Amino acid sequence: MADAEDLEAVKARLKTWEGTTLKDSLKALPERRKEFVTTSSRSVRRLYTPLDVAGKSYSERLGNPGEFPFTRGIHPTMYRGRLWTMRMFSGYGSAEDTNKRFKYLIEHGETGLSVAFDMPTLYGYDTDAKEAKGEFGTCGVAVSSVEDMEILFNAIDVARVSTSMTINSPASVVWAMYLAMAEKRDVPWTKLRGTIQNDILKEYEAQKEWIFPPEPSMRLVVDTFEFGAKEVPQWNPISISGYHIREAGATAGQELAFTLANGMEYVRWGIDRGLRVDDFAPRLSFFFNAHNDLFEEIAKYRAARRIWAREMRDTFGAKNPRSWLLRTHAQTAGVSLTAQQPEMNIVRTTIQALAAVLGGTQSLHTNSYDEAYQVPGEKAVRIALRTQQILAHESGVANTVDPLGGSYYLEALTDELEEEAYRYFDRIQELGGVIPAIRKGFFQQEIANSAYRYQMEIEDKERIIVGVNDFVVDEQPEVEPLKVSEASYRAQLERLKRMRRTRDSKKHERALDRLRRACDGDDNTMPLILDAVRARATLGEICDVMREVFGVWEEPLLY
Amino acid sequence: MATKIRVLIAKPGLDGHDRGAKVIARALRDAGMEVIYTGLRQTPEDIVEAAIQEDVDAIGLSCLSGAHMALFPEVVKLLRKRKAGDIVVAGGGIIPEDDVPKLKKAGIKAVFGPGTPLSDVVEFFQKAGKAKGA
Repeated sequence: MADAEDLEAVKARLKTWEGTTLKDSLKALPERRKEFVTTSSRSVRRLYTPLDVAGKSYSERLGNPGEFPFTRGIHPTMYRGRLWTMRMFSGYGSAEDTNKRFKYLIEHGETGLSVAFDMPTLYGYDTDAKEAKGEFGTCGVAVSSVEDMEILFNAIDVARVSTSMTINSPASVVWAMYLAMAEKRDVPWTKLRGTIQNDILKEYEAQKEWIFPPEPSMRLVVDTFEFGAKEVPQWNPISISGYHIREAGATAGQELAFTLANGMEYVRWGIDRGLRVDDFAPRLSFFFNAHNDLFEEIAKYRAARRIWAREMRDTFGAKNPRSWLLRTHAQTAGVSLTAQQPEMNIVRTTIQALAAVLGGTQSLHTNSYDEAYQVPGEKAVRIALRTQQILAHESGVANTVDPLGGSYYLEALTDELEEEAYRYFDRIQELGGVIPAIRKGFFQQEIANSAYRYQMEIEDKERIIVGVNDFVVDEQPEVEPLKVSEASYRAQLERLKRMRRTRDSKKHERALDRLRRACDGDDNTMPLILDAVRARATLGEICDVMREVFGVWEEPLLY
Repeated sequence: MATKIRVLIAKPGLDGHDRGAKVIARALRDAGMEVIYTGLRQTPEDIVEAAIQEDVDAIGLSCLSGAHMALFPEVVKLLRKRKAGDIVVAGGGIIPEDDVPKLKKAGIKAVFGPGTPLSDVVEFFQKAGKAKGA
């Protein structure tokens, strides 16, 4: 970025500085520690200079925002044109409870919806299944049928608001419920905007909410790509997620590498199905974590865009520039929240949200300070949303595009993360690709190793967590409790029972039979799932059919 | 030489968050204990069966989904029913303060929340193992 003559001068000046100014300083005041590292244990040097970005072309590495390789952002004007979508992940109890929470958030300025489902829903069980015991609504909303979906979005204009749904193994079923709900309200599918997470690969690697083995699961995912491209063109049928990989213990570099490796695996499966890459790639979306280490996080987002653009254009031959764009959602790091002095989590979340915004995210969820204890209370959620609003309207960071672009440190970090990702791509390839690597427990072991190392650093006080291993106070934290009501549970059970009793049982049975045949064959499952949902088949019933045909996954045990 | 303390680390219910359970399993192993990790999605019955089969001194349960009240006490109850009530049970995860005394009353000997030093957990299981005569 600097010309050759300048670089020589910089080098000379640096050498002199090291021998004089720096040397004197170190003598008078030695540095606090021998090695400084990021949250991901990446070694950080004392100073970054033009030498660290020497020989790298601005146009090739960065380019202008809205242009290849999109390092500086996917839009030419970024937040000057439109702020990121403030999208708070929420759900607890029944569809009624969560519908109220959605309305509360919209009233307070939230600009997109994001649904958290409870554990039974995530595993394709109805509220009344024996496996669901004790899990109703505790960490998300229970949705067992299209009727629950209708209540969940009651009096919310789904033609206007975009909705993200964190659902993976049963994603196509839950999506079908959303589509059937819209259909009933006469909202054309072409108007619907939103995302289903539908990222099964990271479930095997990190989040562990899987049902079926990898191959049939991938088939279901590609079914949604194909169906979505034709029928619901503004919908993102997948959100390729690093978030959970990171939460499970991965470093920033591993999060970046594994997520993009997964992303490329989906592209390969889409192409193998016979889809044209430019027909589905523009609707692939991403989801990254925003952890504590400000610069490393910002660098991660920038590296992700650059790698994705290059791979899509050069490896997969995508011609449509929209296929090259890595559009992403971000969420602050739940794993960083402390149970000790929980108010401090507001500060952590602010730093993390700042990283996501400086990293150029398209939408953002901010965690609430009480989440080391429970699903957040109303006030805690409002503070979290306000944090985003302060960043957007008071901090000034949204005034210019990629304000940190050109920082020697940030650019060097961006390059380093990119190189690390490519080293991992090679290792995954050596293992035979993403799915064989999952079977061998490669990702799982890498993540567990990083999680353990991080914990040992805290244990040994090499890493200070304020309020946890230093600056400790002895006090009882104040958290406003949020309990799922017994009445919600009973109402949900009652609704399910009534629906099972009153639906057309012949139609229901026929729809499930047809779905079973489709699962057994090669037809796209989406239209059949939709028919089953319309016939009031429940989530559990549909997933049972799939469990029967596809079998269930058993993961390699390791720690 | 004393026999190794045997601990079962288990994930009851549907919760898939296994970071904590795995870190604990490894820390106990590194502290010289014999650790059996059940993997995910275990019912209380599965856990009790495994504990008896493996002849463990203690069980560590991990749950972050909020279903701990339905699952942790059930494990203690079933152990007692199987005359294995001397197996010490501890739990950890995302557990509201209000639930801690209730869990203890139900026979969960210790509840470890986020931020608990690993050394506390190791010490707890060492004591539990010694008390049981391992």
